[in-house]
Amino acid sequence: MAGSKVVLEAEGIGMRFNLSMEKVDNLKEYFIKSLKKEMRFNEFWALKDVSFKLCRGDRIGVLGTNGAGKSTLMKVCAGVFKPTEGTVTKHGRLVPLLELGAGFDKQYTGAENIFLYGAMLGLDKKFIASKFDEIVEFSELKKFIDVPLKNYSSGMRSRLGFSIATTVKPDILILDEVLSVGDAKFKKKSEKKVLSMMDDGASVLFVSHSMKQVKRICNKAIILEQGRLVAAGDVEPMLEKYDEMLGGVDDE
Amino acid sequence: MIDQFKNLKRYSFLLQELVKKGIKLKYRRSYLGILWSMLEPLLYMIVLTIVFGTLLGHDEKSYPVYILSGRLLYSFFNGATKSCLTSIRKNAGMIKKVYVPKYIYPMSCVLIDFAIFLLSLPVLFVVSLVLGVYPSVSTLFCIIPLLNLLMLTYGVGMILATVGVFFRDMEYIWSVATTLIMYLSAIFYKPERIFKHGGMAVYMLKVNPLFDIIDNFRSGIFGESINWHYTLYSTVFAVVSLIIGLFVFKKRQDDFILHL
Repeated sequence: MAGSKVVLEAEGIGMRFNLSMEKVDNLKEYFIKSLKKEMRFNEFWALKDVSFKLCRGDRIGVLGTNGAGKSTLMKVCAGVFKPTEGTVTKHGRLVPLLELGAGFDKQYTGAENIFLYGAMLGLDKKFIASKFDEIVEFSELKKFIDVPLKNYSSGMRSRLGFSIATTVKPDILILDEVLSVGDAKFKKKSEKKVLSMMDDGASVLFVSHSMKQVKRICNKAIILEQGRLVAAGDVEPMLEKYDEMLGGVDDE
Repeated sequence: MIDQFKNLKRYSFLLQELVKKGIKLKYRRSYLGILWSMLEPLLYMIVLTIVFGTLLGHDEKSYPVYILSGRLLYSFFNGATKSCLTSIRKNAGMIKKVYVPKYIYPMSCVLIDFAIFLLSLPVLFVVSLVLGVYPSVSTLFCIIPLLNLLMLTYGVGMILATVGVFFRDMEYIWSVATTLIMYLSAIFYKPERIFKHGGMAVYMLKVNPLFDIIDNFRSGIFGESINWHYTLYSTVFAVVSLIIGLFVFKKRQDDFILHL
């Protein structure tokens, strides 16, 4: 889709972590270690020189083995990590569906968490109140909505997180392994919801280890290997290439 | 930073929610709930009056008001700075996954404790009336030390929040430091006694901005003449700590996530 509007552009993203061999977080150790010259910082570039563009209506699948930097890249795009190098430019509302229910408070009830989590996503009170019933409905947690979250199962928490995060109409949607939330029924339902959001014009960055899902949802794909972008293009050839890289391990 | 504070409007609802959460959860599942915010300082006042009233021989009628006014300010400072210190680490779950301007966390800590402080002010008011300390025009002056206290607490809170991410030891250091600050704030004794003796202690009292703030606050409550030196010193101290706090926090906030 040449010439269509770019909604998210990553330019030369580099993300460096200092992996100190032992985590030093108190003064005494710090002094002792630096006196003994034992402070070993292992520089590790989780991402290096990654550039790509997400155009309106595009759905990019992000492929790569474990530790290739997919999740780091998604967090950089979502603004959680500030990249060591490079810039990310965004146009429009971005909704990250990273690990769901991250901002939940365990002592709070489901209902209270809806407002808290909504607030964290930058929504206002009126909007959340107007969508409250819809969220409860979609999460299928009506019976438990006044129960403290600590009594929820992890599936229930993710369902609630997913339901809250998907009430807004985003321009950019970042999905990191979230379509494997809950039971088979909820999986289907959440995939349907994401597809309908895409029909409404949301552009998508999609991380999944399931190549079938990527094929179903995406029209383009990028492949990351050890923090570097090794290939980008339409989804079919990319999937083939990725399959080759994996050495033909069967998917699912 | 200025851009970030423009963000404040967008995130004001989050701030509200965090404050609400802090207050709600603090008293949830206790039978008396929010009443504790009034009961606790009242009980403390009674204990301190009994202990130090007899020990130090303060038998004037208004001594409980003296204690209560000092303790309320100190416990706000103490509580808020301590929760700021751990605010980033406690919210690691959020910080790692959703982008929210990070200054919101220490700010919500300060506001939670300030709200609880405001809730306990009626106790001070009632106790004052009962013991014959009546409000007057000079009571209005109390706003100035309170503003200074707020700035000081947020400034110190942001410094602590930053340091707390990188050095866990700070928790222990700070809890000892706040004890020292408490004894140097003249909460249950009259500073005149110390001044009479002179020496190092006088200097330490006057350097402690909380002492000056509490002294100013009491001058307002009791309708006594205000020590403007204290006002000036504590205002400058508060503004400087706020500036340092903002600067340090801004400079290191992007590194927080790598250490959580």
